[in-house]
Amino acid sequence: MRYRILFKKRYNSTFLFEGFLSLLSVIAALFFAGIALKLFGVSPVRAYAAMFRGALGSWYGVGEVIVKAIPLIIAGVAVALAFRMKIWNIGAEGQIYIGALAATAAVRFLSTGNQFVMLSTMVAAAFLGGGIWGYLAGFLKARWNVNEIITTLMLNYIAIHLVEYFIYGPWRDPSSLGFPMTAPFPASARLPQFFDSRVHMGIFAAILLIMAFRLVIRWTRWGFEIRAIGDNPKAARYAGIRYGRNILLLMFMSGAIAGVAGMVEISGLQGRLQHGFSPGYGYTAIIVAWLARLNPWGILIVAFFMGVLLVGGDTLQIVMRLPVASVQVIQGCILFAVLASEFIRNYRIQIVKRERE
Amino acid sequence: MKSRNDRYLAVMKGIEKSFVGVNANEGIDFDLRSGEVHTLLGENGAGKSTLMNILSGLYTPENGSITIDGEKKTFKSPRDAIDSGIGMVHQHFMLVPTQTVWENVALGLKGLPFVLRKREIISNVLAIQDRYGIHVDPLAPIWQLSIGEQQRVAILKMLYRKADILILDEPTAVLIPQETRALFATIRQMVAEEHGVIFISHKLDEVLDISDRITILRKGRKVATIPVENATKESLAEMMVGRKVVFQIDKTLQNPGRVVLEAKDLTVRGPRGRISVNGFSIEVRQREILGLAGVSGNGQEELCDSLAGLRKPEVGSILIDGVPLEGEPARTFQRRGVSYIPADRLGTGLVTGMNIRENIALRKFWRKEFTRFHIFVHWENIAGRTGQLVERYGVLNPGLGYPARMLSGGNLQKLMLARELSDDPRAVIAVQPTWGLDVSATQFVRETLLEQRDRGAAILLVSDDLEEILSMSDRVAVIHNGRLMGLVENPDRVTEEQMGLMMAGTRLDEFSPQDHESGKSPGKAVPENHEIQDPL
Repeated sequence: MRYRILFKKRYNSTFLFEGFLSLLSVIAALFFAGIALKLFGVSPVRAYAAMFRGALGSWYGVGEVIVKAIPLIIAGVAVALAFRMKIWNIGAEGQIYIGALAATAAVRFLSTGNQFVMLSTMVAAAFLGGGIWGYLAGFLKARWNVNEIITTLMLNYIAIHLVEYFIYGPWRDPSSLGFPMTAPFPASARLPQFFDSRVHMGIFAAILLIMAFRLVIRWTRWGFEIRAIGDNPKAARYAGIRYGRNILLLMFMSGAIAGVAGMVEISGLQGRLQHGFSPGYGYTAIIVAWLARLNPWGILIVAFFMGVLLVGGDTLQIVMRLPVASVQVIQGCILFAVLASEFIRNYRIQIVKRERE
Repeated sequence: MKSRNDRYLAVMKGIEKSFVGVNANEGIDFDLRSGEVHTLLGENGAGKSTLMNILSGLYTPENGSITIDGEKKTFKSPRDAIDSGIGMVHQHFMLVPTQTVWENVALGLKGLPFVLRKREIISNVLAIQDRYGIHVDPLAPIWQLSIGEQQRVAILKMLYRKADILILDEPTAVLIPQETRALFATIRQMVAEEHGVIFISHKLDEVLDISDRITILRKGRKVATIPVENATKESLAEMMVGRKVVFQIDKTLQNPGRVVLEAKDLTVRGPRGRISVNGFSIEVRQREILGLAGVSGNGQEELCDSLAGLRKPEVGSILIDGVPLEGEPARTFQRRGVSYIPADRLGTGLVTGMNIRENIALRKFWRKEFTRFHIFVHWENIAGRTGQLVERYGVLNPGLGYPARMLSGGNLQKLMLARELSDDPRAVIAVQPTWGLDVSATQFVRETLLEQRDRGAAILLVSDDLEEILSMSDRVAVIHNGRLMGLVENPDRVTEEQMGLMMAGTRLDEFSPQDHESGKSPGKAVPENHEIQDPL
């Protein structure tokens, strides 16, 4: 008697099962990250307890979690939109930077005391800036079929360095004592904060975008085209859906939304454009979108969870004296687990007894 | 009566194999004697290919035993099966296109020296060619060969490995009639040399022609094994389908009307930039079915894509009801009433991950009645429409919200017909519309197309099934290498020989009965008697 492992292709998948898989990959990730923590010389149980206490044990913590979740939700929607059409926009980070840069330009050159007008101008600038940044990659893809993974990734570096040029050079605040940052924005360029915390109006933008994403994908003609191309590009072509035009529009929208994330972050939180204002939100957004299986409400939940991880990570550094890298290890573990879970999603694993002759 | 040898080359007993939810083989017994052709007959999905993939080591059965030449075997891989003298020629030959014939034959041989002895291999290949009457240039690269020649290479490869048991999986599907005859001559030679041949097919005439014994499978079970002397076309069909089958297409005479679909000097490039359609002109009129015959891969796909507006022609014009549309977006063609049933149902015609409603919407969602406030899809209207269509076309489905991949092949095709034929199209381009369907679904598709013709549609029917083309069409055109070889005004008058010559690249106006040799290699296979295609 012998046992054999069989892999069988899985054809149907339910929403519940997908959620269960996401949960399972998080648990697996925490387990493997636990091993890493153990190697750092810390008890994983204590470390996780400290993390969750730090993130969710106080109103301040919860507020901080939401603050971190806001850009993740917005950028998460941005990449999920592109992923739905199987266009791999991993350039949200760069689009966030360009969005913030464009919003800052609006503050510098179109400044007004009217808060509503100022903020609207900033959003429009960020939308346009991020959109153009995304469009560049989309254009290369549509025109010469250049792989968008590479172009969006490369454009990230260009965007980040472009921002650095401005904050080290012409836009640097003379009174910043040499720190690479612009002067603080006027009050009219700041998103209101509430609840006596750092939670700002960006949360509404985030939730609005989630709803818009769902609306577009489920109910609009454009959403149907996106899904058709994503599910079967040949059938979409056969249906008369124009591939090139859709890529251009999609990459513009994806970049534009990510750009808004950049504006929201600097206007709601930092109050100025400064070096490293986004600690890789654009990359984390990819994990968010994937872990949420591109589901709109899933993005909300996962972004919140990522917020917990980031805030808890800060606690981990302070209380447990662990390096920043430890949080990144946990994040990396999660991404790995998610990728591994793809296999379980596509195949059923069966263990069968086999009789030998 | 042929001499019967009682040496059993292969005995399969109680073979069972299931795939997710489907029992592909349920307790099947099958055996092969040396010196015989044993045919496996059955509809698509009956379990023929599964059974043979088990015999050739590709699948492992869950139950049952395999005895080769009196010895019990368990195959863990195709390699084991080859070592036991079993060679399978698949529908898609597994050859390396950039390498030559002899290199492909040598590929994967055991115990070859590090540096190949080219001359030795080639002389062996030539010896086999002479013995079995299979002729291919050993030095030609595979990509230069026609499909029929590639098939010969695949067979050569197996004979080189001294395969006693040869499995041919639907070998005639890709051949023109002359090539089929040549193949049958080879098979007869192999059988005379004490090989055993397992022939898989669902074409009854061929089966009756070549077989010694016939085993019929239906839905994963064996129905019977009978000697060919006891079989008739009708009895085989009845066993295969499970009920009486009428071989008849009711075709009324129609007067074709104005030209609806017209191509003028069309030149189209294929996906790799190669010219696939070359100066092709054709006219399809109201109330007629124009059949386009040809071996698949001769530009049919590119031609149909461009006629449906999916591929821009390089030169030439496409007119729908007299209006030139080349260069217009695909949706304009749809608006003008051009329906397109592509050959590749799963890959192109439908999105299997989407539900049934969405698949109906796929080529209609942009229409006014399915749009709300310009940007939204009117899903209620789509759902209502889908309900009607599914009912009218008898698409068996678990529910309109279920993904299309849960439908069977026949129902997928009905779903596509429902979408493409429901709005009284002006022109219908149907490519291989009955490919892989069972008898009743095939019947349904043919009747539906004829209905459309009688209603007034101009239908272009593309198929590599010659019988289908000849029995369905009012006129027949033949395409070879992207060029029009000829237009037959009366399909009842043309012989299979003539069709075969055109499909192999001879123009209709070029040949007269005495100079057959002007054609390419299939000329060798032309026998003396010209039989007339029986009008169905």
